[in-house]
Parts: sequence; C-alpha cells; structure tokens
Amino acid sequence: MDSLIIFLVLLALGFVFGKLAESRHYRSIQAREEMLVRLPATSCKKPMGNSTPISHAELVHGHVVISVDYFKQILAGLRNLFGGTIQAYETLLDRARREAVLRLKESCPTANEILNLRIETSSISKGGGDRIGSVEVLAYGTAIYYQQASSQHSRS
Amino acid sequence: MFVSNIEDIPGKTIKTCYGIVSGSTVRAKHVGRDIFASIKNIFGGELKGYTELLGESRDEALGRMKNQAQQLGANAIVNVRFSTSSVAAGAAEIYVYGTAVTVE
Repeated sequence: MDSLIIFLVLLALGFVFGKLAESRHYRSIQAREEMLVRLPATSCKKPMGNSTPISHAELVHGHVVISVDYFKQILAGLRNLFGGTIQAYETLLDRARREAVLRLKESCPTANEILNLRIETSSISKGGGDRIGSVEVLAYGTAIYYQQASSQHSRS
Repeated sequence: MFVSNIEDIPGKTIKTCYGIVSGSTVRAKHVGRDIFASIKNIFGGELKGYTELLGESRDEALGRMKNQAQQLGANAIVNVRFSTSSVAAGAAEIYVYGTAVTVE
C-alpha cells in the first residue's frame, strides 16, 4: 500500500512539474529563436549565395543534457506494450536539439553564418535498470565572420 | 590554432597535411551529481551537473587534440568530428578527431 502511494505521488509530481518545465522551456526556446533568427545555420559546407570575403572561422559547439519526468517514463513504458509513437520522447528530443543549437548560436553572437552544422544525440544514463533517463545532444559547426560585414553588424 | 569542421579553413589555403590528430577523455559522474540527477529525473528538465561535466570533458579532449597538433608543428585542424559513447554505466567517453594541417 505504501509503495503504491509513493508511486502515485511521484507520478503526480512528475506530471505537474514536468508539464510546467516543458511549457516554460518551449517559451524560452521560442523567444530566443526569434532573437537569433538573423544568424542562419546550415548543413552546407560553403557559405550560401554571397561571395563576401571571410575574415576568420572558428569551431563552435553547444550541448545540453535533458531528462524526462517520471510521469512520461511510465507513459512511455505503457506505450511499449502496444507500440506506436511515443510523443513524450519526441518532445524531449525536439527540445534538446533546439536548445543545443541555440546554445551554439549564443556562444558566437557576432558570427555571420554557421556552416556544416552537425547534431549528435547520445543517451548518457543507460545501465540504470529500466530507466531510460536522459539524453545528451551536441551541436557543432564552423562559425564564419565576413570581412566588412562585421563592422556593419556592430552598428546595427 | 584554427579549428573547423569543414574540409578547409575559409579564407585560408592549406599548405601541408600531417594526418589524423585526436583527443579523448573518459569521465565518471560523481555520486553527488548522480543522486541529484536521479531526483531531477522525477521532475524532468535540464541536468545542469551533467551538462557542465560533459562540457568540461569536451574542452579537455579538444585541448589534448590541439596539443597533439601543436607538437606536430601544425597551425590548424580541419574536418573535426566529435563522438560520445558510454563505456560503462556512469562513465562517458568523449572523443574528438580531425586532420592537422598548416594553413596560410
């Protein structure tokens, strides 16, 4: 009986706090994506469409570790019985990827473009029994700075 | 030291190539962080402790790769790739590799 109560309390805590955390995170992601919309990131290896001379380039990266809440873990466990898409994990990975790309962009706010963006996902806490736990997403790319565009940028 | 993950350094030309350089670290999470992370697992959200830990190890791996390139006499590393793997429960390996070159 006691363990059932603990289980239900954990489930409720996970449901409430997990929902709050997720919606807060999505709001902050959206706000920051709007701010950084002028810094494009592409998976191409050459700058797109203009031949402005490049002054310098550097490797940039951003990463984040995010975990699911207890409620979603149980939900996903149930889903495993029937098969089908596990939406709980889809939003988790979506959030993690967007956050990693945002951190990458925030680490080089004066860059003009990011080339060859690569995103890599790994789950770092396996081995913990049946808990799937948390994922790490790493985004990395090459930030380039145009020669005269950088002075234009500092004025705007 | 110029580092990029494309085949060349934009705006520079490659003169000589020295071959592959790499750096790796294996780090374990300490118990305090593990306990905190398992509590955080109930509520969901970012695990800041792990984010920091992986950031530190990635910087260290990058540093080791750059040292190796410097010893060879290179001044740039191109086509850098990262990879992460969990070798055991509670430990992660971060591996960084690229090609050491001289650019002008």
